[in-house]
Amino acid sequence: MSEQKTVRLIIKRQDGPDSQPYWEEFDVPYRKNMNVISALMEIQRNPVNAKGQKTRPVVWESNCLEEVCGACSMVINGRPRQACTALIDKLEKPVRIEPMATFPVIRDLIVDRSRMFDALKRVKAWIPIDGTHDLGPGPRIPETERQWMYELSKCMTCGVCLEACPNVNAKSSFMGPFIFSQVQRFNMHPTGAMHKEERLDAIMGEGGLAECGNAQNCVQACPKGIPLTTSIAALNWELTKYSLKKWLRS
Amino acid sequence: MSSDRAFVYRRLHSLLGVIPVGAFLVEHLLTNYFATRGEAAYTEKVLWLNNLPFLILLEVFFIFLPILFHGVYGLYIAYQAKPNLGSFGTFRNTMFVLQRVTGVLTLIFIAWHVWETRVQVALGNVAKEELYDLMVSILSNGWMFAFYLVGVIAAVFHFANGLWSFLVSWGITVGPRAQRISTYVTMVIFVFVSYIGVAALLAFRNAAVALGS
Repeated sequence: MSEQKTVRLIIKRQDGPDSQPYWEEFDVPYRKNMNVISALMEIQRNPVNAKGQKTRPVVWESNCLEEVCGACSMVINGRPRQACTALIDKLEKPVRIEPMATFPVIRDLIVDRSRMFDALKRVKAWIPIDGTHDLGPGPRIPETERQWMYELSKCMTCGVCLEACPNVNAKSSFMGPFIFSQVQRFNMHPTGAMHKEERLDAIMGEGGLAECGNAQNCVQACPKGIPLTTSIAALNWELTKYSLKKWLRS
Repeated sequence: MSSDRAFVYRRLHSLLGVIPVGAFLVEHLLTNYFATRGEAAYTEKVLWLNNLPFLILLEVFFIFLPILFHGVYGLYIAYQAKPNLGSFGTFRNTMFVLQRVTGVLTLIFIAWHVWETRVQVALGNVAKEELYDLMVSILSNGWMFAFYLVGVIAAVFHFANGLWSFLVSWGITVGPRAQRISTYVTMVIFVFVSYIGVAALLAFRNAAVALGS
């Protein structure tokens, strides 16, 4: 081995929430089976850019490193995805890395995904089971429905579908594609269904289902393969029925 | 109700796009198609339509106001989108962008077309019996012919693809298979209705060429 092979990373950086973003290039030593996280770790180890200048190490968020937590989502070569499963060997070089611009950038590749958690609260994405007395065992769930709910429960609020959606931006209040699969998941549950209409009211309101433009990028981009657009259309039908009921029977 | 405003407007937008605006588009193009059978056949249909009772009410409540609402709210919808075809060049995303582009094109075209035809009739500059000649003279200009061609095809695309999203927005086609089949069906509608519209344009155009020679 005469010379160390390197990988060129082009990273969009930002020093703070209100600072101007800028691009910085890095050459990191190549190892077999590297992912974007381990490439970023090389920069942390030796924070020197491609021009040989010492710089601040690039910061990012990551947790599970097996694509189940959603923390390391970023835009890699134009596509929002998790950095942990973005293998350097399979990426086009140089590798361009940006934060997901749909969210407020805190610093470098760290974004604030609070809006997703706020949306989960708005639609009451939980099943209330607490009471003053024992409510007994929950009802049984048919296996086919359990399997479908399990697919919907794979959502890790990673934010990729919001980044991919043309209708999630500063000009709209759209909560984003992910929320509808969670509404669907909790409305399908026999105990959760007791609060079905509260969730339907939430997605009928501001930033709700009406803001979907059917570009269907979400379902293409979702790393967990969640049938996001099927949930959207299914809830469209629920809202058709529910709004007629509200309109004609109240 | 107030918090549901976006929902109600969006559903109204979707509904009006099909009924009555989409239905009117098909009716209008079918009537125009009679131009392929000559001036007499065309003028007969025009006069029949113009003899409908309560015509002005039909025009205001089933054509003008629905198009106005659909167009204005549609501009707002188009403004809210931030297209990202560069990073997501998928079929549906392309259709999403085309739906917004053709919507704006159609609105411009309709405004111009209504000014040139219906408004001129209302102002008394053109008699209903002269509409055939008016269209022949408009389409004798090559640029106007191109403008009408683009306008008609944009309107028909917007209608056909709008039917697809109508079916999704009301929750009728839910799964990917149903949505794929409705894509095929609506695209066949696009091709067929475009043919009807363009055939009429060509009929006027050919009459203009015949007059010129």
